[in-house]
Amino acid sequence: MARAVSTQTKIGWTIAAWVVALLIFFPILYTVITSFKTEQEAIAGFDLIPSFTLQSYGEVQTQNDYIRPFTNSVIIAVGSTILALIVAIPAAWAMAFAPTKQTKNILMWMLSTKMMPAVAVLVPIYLIFLNTGLMDTRIGLVIILMLMNLPIVVWMLYTYFREIPGEILEAARMDGATLGQEIVHVLTPMAVPGIASTLLLNIILAWNEAFWTIQLTTTNAAPLSAFIASFSSPQGLFWAKLSAASTMAIAPILIMGWFSQKQLVRGLTFGAVK
Amino acid sequence: MATRQTQSLAKIMRAPAIILLLIWMIVPLGMTLYYSFLNYNLLNPTQTSWAGWFNYQYFYTDPAFWDSIWNTLILVLGVLCITVVGGILIALLIDKPIFGQGIVRILVISPFFVMPPVAALIWKNMIMHPSYGVFADVAQFLGMAPVDWFAQYPLFSIILIVAWQWLPFATLILLTALQSLDGEQMEAAEMDGASALSRFIYLTLPHMSRAITVVILIQTIFLLSIYAEILVTTNGGPGNASTNLTYLIYRAARLNFDIGGAAAGGIIAVVLANIVAIFLMRAVGKNLD
Repeated sequence: MARAVSTQTKIGWTIAAWVVALLIFFPILYTVITSFKTEQEAIAGFDLIPSFTLQSYGEVQTQNDYIRPFTNSVIIAVGSTILALIVAIPAAWAMAFAPTKQTKNILMWMLSTKMMPAVAVLVPIYLIFLNTGLMDTRIGLVIILMLMNLPIVVWMLYTYFREIPGEILEAARMDGATLGQEIVHVLTPMAVPGIASTLLLNIILAWNEAFWTIQLTTTNAAPLSAFIASFSSPQGLFWAKLSAASTMAIAPILIMGWFSQKQLVRGLTFGAVK
Repeated sequence: MATRQTQSLAKIMRAPAIILLLIWMIVPLGMTLYYSFLNYNLLNPTQTSWAGWFNYQYFYTDPAFWDSIWNTLILVLGVLCITVVGGILIALLIDKPIFGQGIVRILVISPFFVMPPVAALIWKNMIMHPSYGVFADVAQFLGMAPVDWFAQYPLFSIILIVAWQWLPFATLILLTALQSLDGEQMEAAEMDGASALSRFIYLTLPHMSRAITVVILIQTIFLLSIYAEILVTTNGGPGNASTNLTYLIYRAARLNFDIGGAAAGGIIAVVLANIVAIFLMRAVGKNLD
């Protein structure tokens, strides 16, 4: 709305919005602050100014071998995402550029697999993992998370690919481009932004997954979500340490999330809200 | 390029995704269905026998089952109320002309990116802990007795945590819908003397109705499966006070090793989720054409 708003009104709304935003953000902010406190300071009552010690960060590494769950998280999130993309890109491509009468039904069916509650297949997946030696392995989790997120990946890619105009392909064909040239020089450059957004959102989802990671790992393959969940036992009372581990677990994904706000809306609503 | 050739190529390109999802859907679900009719306990796997409907009957007559259904319902509805109403209000607020809108947006959506165990542990220890939490500090400052949230109001505490995680999602989607609202129409209504409240009820709300529907449906799918938040805070207790259906099935499978019972519970969970899914599919399907 291109209306002049009095500065007074604007300041009023600004204060209200910032108060609300800071309240919502407060638990995260307080965790980051606490991670720079000593354990004594952490339980000494409300205080927003820490002593800026890195002690807790060091302890998380030396006592809990933090690098291992972190590495597992990276491998599992990135691995499952790339695997899902390899399967989904051709499928989404075919459905966007060579749709048949069945395409809509296939897409809706894929979406319906996402509606299946994870706990409904906990028993068989758990038994399969026990019997095949996949329990507590990274490859096992990569496969499960890939299958879990595959419908979202296909859907997101499909909605992006569908926006690439078909006329451009025809024009390229008229100019004598072969199918290979068409894909490499015309389609790929137009598809890259969509693929990148899908990649980003899916890494976020896989990184934060906390049902299968807790069920299917113990120590070797446990990613951060399972590692942090183990802090609910009495050792979690070391709050500065918990805060340091938490801060490191959420920081990379928080930053990625800030950059993918728009794609988030699109990806999580299956294109229903843009 | 011949169309027929394109079509057969497309078929090959589609096949891997379809086959994988087909296997992912049919095999485990079929196994769950099969196990649900067995007396099968991992502590005594040699004594496996056909159970007929016993596992379902057992679930149906177990008071813990009805507690868990009730808790699931309260959890989903509670979080939906907070996030939808809160989301609308915050979206309206952020949409106003304000300084630093970009940063406000970033601060508001941040909780969504915090993984469930971290979110739950932050709230449990730093915010709601009866002796060291921020709430306790505030209570002390106001001269009140601190509350042991997870012991006294376990389900409410979990609702609060989950609502905090999902409020950003609702806000972000409703804000997206709000920003596509026709400004001229709004101005016309304003000039005709419509009050802010009636403009909201007759213009803004109908415009956002589709987004609100989507928020409710998608959140419900995820909220039916709340697990990690319960695991790290209350463990479903005290008693069954904060056990939802997901957690009950987890307990049957992993702590009681009752494969048959957990499978029967899983089938019940599928039926529940499907009721929601049908509505969601309709809403999304409309947008495809």
